[in-house]
Amino acid sequence: MEYLIGIQGQDFVLVAADNVAASSIIQMKHDYDKMFKLSEKILLLCVGEAGDTVQFAEYIQKNVQLYKMRNGYELSPAAAANFTRKNLADYLRSRTPYHVNLLLAGYDDSDGPGLYYMDYLSSLAKAPFAAHGYGAFLTLSILDRYYRPEMKLNLKKITKTGPK
Amino acid sequence: IYLLKMNKYNTHTHTHIYMIYDYISNSASFCLPNHSTTVRRPFPLSHGTTTLGFIFQGGVIAAADTRASAGGLVACPAVHKITPIHSHLVVTSSGSGADCMLWERILTREIRLYQLRHRRRLSIRGTAKLLSFMLHPFKGTEVCVALTLCGWDKESGPKLIYVCSDGARLQGDIFSVGSGSPYAYGVLDGGLKWSLSKDEAISLAREAVFRATHRDAYSGNNVDLFHITAQGWSQRKREDLKEEYYRDMEKRSKDRRGKIKRE
Repeated sequence: MEYLIGIQGQDFVLVAADNVAASSIIQMKHDYDKMFKLSEKILLLCVGEAGDTVQFAEYIQKNVQLYKMRNGYELSPAAAANFTRKNLADYLRSRTPYHVNLLLAGYDDSDGPGLYYMDYLSSLAKAPFAAHGYGAFLTLSILDRYYRPEMKLNLKKITKTGPK
Repeated sequence: IYLLKMNKYNTHTHTHIYMIYDYISNSASFCLPNHSTTVRRPFPLSHGTTTLGFIFQGGVIAAADTRASAGGLVACPAVHKITPIHSHLVVTSSGSGADCMLWERILTREIRLYQLRHRRRLSIRGTAKLLSFMLHPFKGTEVCVALTLCGWDKESGPKLIYVCSDGARLQGDIFSVGSGSPYAYGVLDGGLKWSLSKDEAISLAREAVFRATHRDAYSGNNVDLFHITAQGWSQRKREDLKEEYYRDMEKRSKDRRGKIKRE
């Protein structure tokens, strides 16, 4: 199943996702990108039902960009997260709910970094670390044990292996 | 009214009540939140296929079998599963045969309208997005189409995009769709290289479809092969996979004879 993880530090949010797009037992793509850029400082990671993910994420992406065009300044990560949650909640009890699990990672110039966890029932939580998928069962305990808010980002390690 | 008639002419009302129960529970299983009335299917829809497409140095190859199955019946042994949309785009179809035929026509119409209105041809990516958005309202209904758009864009070269009625839209270098796709993937993943020549690529595609039809009961009969380049699509003559099977048997018996001689 598709896996997302996010970790918030003092001045950064680190997010990662797997690259597989699967259809039952077949891996249709090995290089699928699950991240959607909402703005220069906000990323939306989206997994869930085929079709729903791209449709919902692109809808949010275009609306966040429209806000910037109309008002001249960008939505803050908290506002973008709440906007996403509201849309998900509105569709939840309609005839066409979107079955998507999301992580929204952003950096606010005044509030600092923020990681927002959202699931398909449109619950929203700002969390220091979060994960989606079966992998979450295995990694959340590791994060509980070793996470510290003052963790530093080792950029050299990331650029060496190359983020996918 | 049917229930009353049965009661009038038959004393075994107990069994008939069970029959009506069966009918209700069966139609309940077809009942969807989107439909106000349910219609019982007279026969299973035609599904089951092997289609594939891949990109290599010489362009795009699209291949498919030609069997339309309805449950265990071969409804038609000579279906066209690869349909040209315009000179530089073909679409391979799988899923429900009726839905695919309809949606291919709708797509052709919309692409042509776009061309007439905007005086330029829509890109393959744009075509895929248009199709995906047209199919979106039918998500959750029984519409079942899984199409692979294989084409050549003037600006960006060869393109292969998979679109299905679930809403998925994936661009890639190699796709196989249908009940026979796992078998085709096995052959393709093993033999596919970017540097294949045109003849090697065509024989690889033919081999993949043949192996899939050999194992999958719902694929078979003939194989259609299309090759798309910057100059447009070209179609090979439809080949009966029976011939391929006998060629393969001949090769195997020759190998066995050679092995026995060596031993």
